[in-house]
Amino acid sequence: MSRNDVLVTVDWVQEHLGRPGIVLVEVDEDTTAYDGGHIEGAVKLDWKKDLQDPLRRDYLDKSAFEELLSSRGIGNDDSVVLYGGNNNWFAAYAYWYFKIYGHSDVKLMDGGRKKWELDGRPLSKDAVERPATQYVASEPDLSIRAFRDEVVAAIGSKNLVDVRSPDEFSGKILAPAHLPQEQSQRAGHVPTAINIPWSKAANEDGTFKSDEELAKLYAEQGYDESRPTIAYCRIGERSSHTWFVLRELLGRTDVKNYDGSWVEYGSLVGVPIEK
Amino acid sequence: MCGAPKQGGVLDGIDLSTQTVIQGSVWHDGAPVAGAYVRLLDSTDEFTAEVVTSPEGEFRFFAAPGPWKVRALAAVGKGERTLSAEVGLNETTVAID
Repeated sequence: MSRNDVLVTVDWVQEHLGRPGIVLVEVDEDTTAYDGGHIEGAVKLDWKKDLQDPLRRDYLDKSAFEELLSSRGIGNDDSVVLYGGNNNWFAAYAYWYFKIYGHSDVKLMDGGRKKWELDGRPLSKDAVERPATQYVASEPDLSIRAFRDEVVAAIGSKNLVDVRSPDEFSGKILAPAHLPQEQSQRAGHVPTAINIPWSKAANEDGTFKSDEELAKLYAEQGYDESRPTIAYCRIGERSSHTWFVLRELLGRTDVKNYDGSWVEYGSLVGVPIEK
Repeated sequence: MCGAPKQGGVLDGIDLSTQTVIQGSVWHDGAPVAGAYVRLLDSTDEFTAEVVTSPEGEFRFFAAPGPWKVRALAAVGKGERTLSAEVGLNETTVAID
């Protein structure tokens, strides 16, 4: 696995627009950005409406995921290129999700929508229709997903990487600062977690830092390469970004994303919390 | 959730007795800048949040009392502003030269 297997540049995407077998997918929580203009030919996935179970707090089950991808015209053999806003947080979450269900060829567009916009590249308002497919997903690969009991058991033994901002880690604020701060869960972090904010892995234009810079960053922050890793944030999308860095860019093995994250952990009765 | 709500506009429904709101607009060449990426950095210059300005060039953050830096990145250039926020409404303008 190397960077070229999992990332494409904005130049590459622009050169390959309309190429059969490549499906561009914009993933956002707020899809008004897509509706106001998207990369030509890109279909959209709404993080909340499309990718979350409408009733339980969970991602879609296998059959619902198959139905979603079939309806968007994504086939098992397609090369999927994901991009989105928020520095690719939700696109990275979708990448992790596509891997959970075993899609073989999926990549992120480095820098996401921000890089594309800052470069002044063209956006289209044309509706995108793709013929439906018969997508078949694999059984979920739980080797890349952590659940709450595993997080509690990992205290003091695995790398617990809290990728939220320092003020969320310390409990000063409860959510990223573009959101109102009234939340029900307790503030703080999982004991023994190290705070390596996702943003340290990215440049200001949203692209990932170089492999050398990334390896140095985690080494300096106390990340122990010999131990398994669980990454978490608030709802599991920023930690997908870090999961992508550790597993897909740096090739670390046994890295899981805890998508329950602080919204779940900070609401559990009786678990230890540090501030 | 983590997607930023619509930027700017009225403060209906926001409790200014508990929330520390930092809001304002981004300007360049005498006009507001729509679609600028605005980051909120903490006192150690670490990223805390990022939003995209509205068609009127507005941004809004929900922070905590203390020192903050607001940095704007747009196709036309960059600008930044530091401020000390208190509970309630804190307004600022970021100019891109």
